[in-house]
Amino acid sequence: MKARVTVTLKNGVLDPQGKAIEGALKSFGIEGVDSVRQGKVFDIELSTQDRAQAETLLKAACEKLLANTVVENYRVEIV
Amino acid sequence: MKAVVVLFPGSNREGDAVRALEMATGKKPQIIWHAETELPAGTDLVLLPGGFSYGDYLRCGAIAGRAAIMDAVRAHAARGGLVLGICNGFQILCEGGLLPGVLMRNRDLRFICKMQNLRVERADTAFTRAYSKGQVIKVAIAHGEGNYEADEETIKRLEGDGRVAFRYCDESGLVNDATNPNGSTNGIAGIYSQKMNVLGMMPHPENLIDPLVGGIDGAGLFKSLIAA
Repeated sequence: MKARVTVTLKNGVLDPQGKAIEGALKSFGIEGVDSVRQGKVFDIELSTQDRAQAETLLKAACEKLLANTVVENYRVEIV
Repeated sequence: MKAVVVLFPGSNREGDAVRALEMATGKKPQIIWHAETELPAGTDLVLLPGGFSYGDYLRCGAIAGRAAIMDAVRAHAARGGLVLGICNGFQILCEGGLLPGVLMRNRDLRFICKMQNLRVERADTAFTRAYSKGQVIKVAIAHGEGNYEADEETIKRLEGDGRVAFRYCDESGLVNDATNPNGSTNGIAGIYSQKMNVLGMMPHPENLIDPLVGGIDGAGLFKSLIAA
């Protein structure tokens, strides 16, 4: 079973990297970009075929390591 | 004072930390590897040195903060034992749950390496008793992720409980946006745990202990510790 975990900064947390990317896009003449927030994607292969078990272990992985929940949100998708 | 320096893969300031502790205590501190599960018997102080543990992968200090030795460090802190995290060590303490908040990328996205004035916010802790309250000390900073952030409630609690250890300032002790190198909330350069026995700080006092390198303002922190 494969999963994708997406970690993004919470709303209101200053994201200087996103701001820099946003500025770069604008300076390249790419029109219509209002704002950019940067995040991380983890593609994870799991040995289990059990969806519920996969969700439980991915939640634990996010809470324990993949996201710092002080400033980040995470989203788990089983694909 | 029995001091222990924890070494993670990618730590690189342990030599400076050992030197500063040796100068203050007259004894060479023991260096222990992060995969240990226990601290040496009779440990008084655990120092987490600066560097780039695990190459700063994932987030600075994230992997080291969950290393095997950190359970023992947490237990040591819970017993009231002293813990000092410098630079990457501060990031590890935040990621490891010993201190609140997080160190984000510097406001201007640059790695900053320079001399910096700090204001000592209180001089009644195990780490600062050799200084005076409000004293301005000049030490080095060298970090890319030193921008201290926490939710509003946490900042309020830290400020209300007097848990800010040092703030970035100018030579007269003035703290404002212009004296803030990295965008840290309220110019925070270091914070204490609730029981004041854990200190995390971004600047490097261990590099300013010898007149040869241009100053000894960092020595007071290590002198404070031996009096503890």
